[in-house]
Amino acid sequence: METKKISKVDLIFEHIDPREVLTKAYGMTRDEIIDEILESGLKGRGGAGFPTGMKWKLCSEEKEKTKYIICNADEGEPGTFKDREILDRVAYKVYAGMTIAGKAVGAKKGIIYLRGEYKFLLPQLRMQLDGFLKMSNEIGYDFEIDFRLGSGAYICGEESALFESIEGKRGEPRNKPPYPTHSGLFGKPTVVNNVETLVNSVIILKYGSKKYKQMGTMFSTGAKVFSVSGDTPIPGIYELELGMSLLEFVKEFGDGDTKAVQVGGAAGFCVPRKLFASTVIGFEGVPTGGSMKLFNSSRSMYNVLHNYLEFFTEESCGQCTPCRVGCQQLLRGVESVKKRESKSTYLNELVKLADTMKIASKCGLGQSVGNAFKSIVENFREEIIY
Amino acid sequence: MYQTDNLVKDLVEKHGRQRDSLMPILQGIVEKHNYLTDEAMVEVAQELDISAAEVYGTASFYSFLDTEPRGKYVIRVCKTITCAMKGKEEVIEALEDILKIKVGGTTSNGLFTLLETNCMGWCHKAPAMLINDIPYTELTREKIIKIIKDYMHK
Repeated sequence: METKKISKVDLIFEHIDPREVLTKAYGMTRDEIIDEILESGLKGRGGAGFPTGMKWKLCSEEKEKTKYIICNADEGEPGTFKDREILDRVAYKVYAGMTIAGKAVGAKKGIIYLRGEYKFLLPQLRMQLDGFLKMSNEIGYDFEIDFRLGSGAYICGEESALFESIEGKRGEPRNKPPYPTHSGLFGKPTVVNNVETLVNSVIILKYGSKKYKQMGTMFSTGAKVFSVSGDTPIPGIYELELGMSLLEFVKEFGDGDTKAVQVGGAAGFCVPRKLFASTVIGFEGVPTGGSMKLFNSSRSMYNVLHNYLEFFTEESCGQCTPCRVGCQQLLRGVESVKKRESKSTYLNELVKLADTMKIASKCGLGQSVGNAFKSIVENFREEIIY
Repeated sequence: MYQTDNLVKDLVEKHGRQRDSLMPILQGIVEKHNYLTDEAMVEVAQELDISAAEVYGTASFYSFLDTEPRGKYVIRVCKTITCAMKGKEEVIEALEDILKIKVGGTTSNGLFTLLETNCMGWCHKAPAMLINDIPYTELTREKIIKIIKDYMHK
């Protein structure tokens, strides 16, 4: 597969005059805005990668009078910290993205669901919002934005769990369909976009979809903010074009001894060294919400897997059995193999369980536990057993 | 144990009586008192005209809405992979030494509670912890001693 060289860009954190973009969008029709986003090929930056323009289009076609734009700032995926950085440095671009999305779909109310761990940002964000709303009103927008805080539940980053949480309930995901664009918050058509996705929509409207598409690849247009951590001499936030190979990435960020990279957080995939060259970072290869964790040869992949399984066992909402019991059994299972209480072939049974969880779990959490589990067990089997 | 006095009424006044006011109200109580007493939850239930079980059911779902007594300063140490790799155990040991409590415990003067939490988004500056809402990163034993001493003298 064709891969790109590593290419750093500076669009997300670049300071712009939001008034200019907002004025431009104000002069466009709803369909023109949506077409521009569709044309750009932008896919959701939270991890799932749903085409943003399509989401806006579906919501805009709903006849309901009340609609909502929700900014998902419940950044909980282990290894991800880019949304905090975006909100800390360029919150006005997030507000602008929501305002434009509101115009495109016909919504007058936006809510930013901020994870409780980032509450310290709230006073600064509110102050900036006041200034922003004044400006957007002057241009002619009639769109209000409010904040809601999470309280330490990873699952509330799942969009329907997020609705439940805002509605004052346990954050337990809903059945889909109906999809949020048809029936979301309070049963009304709702667009849920990640923080970074909203900023991307502003970038697209500023520079045009043609220019935007020149970055990245055909299937993964644009750039992406990566949260780089683990065994790297230069941990931090980096904005890179999509479509590079993992080998290129490791050359740039590794410490010379990288044995594996966990792409996409605990819900993502563990890629071993032998697959670095053939792995593309993007929607045609391994997708990621931005979490890139590097492990060198001093790390035990058993400990990594064990840590992830403990994470999922605690964060599973407990509503559906495949996920609730599945997480517990995978955790107990690898512990028992390690302690020689079970035979090593028991790992094969656990892989089958992970497959079952993928099919039978209600939401993305349970469905993706198997990603990390299988990719670590298959590539580092010896480390799990001995 | 604490008295909510007019806190619940004030919060209800501010956020309204709809079901979706429940989270901000509970968060408001925790912000002031660090945990929810049974009495506070019953009072919220009465104000919102929903069952106490629904209030408790919601509160108990969220790890930051504690329903057990907590100290004035709740310390949450990140235990997810990057922090675990970068010395989370040493952080816990340092805190246990200074505070003379174990994870899950509260100091006898009611000042500190020591807990662990999942990834809080500071992996590039691991290890990290939260004290109430404030994050502290790139922790070392020396740094921790200084931070805790500052809180002791607040």
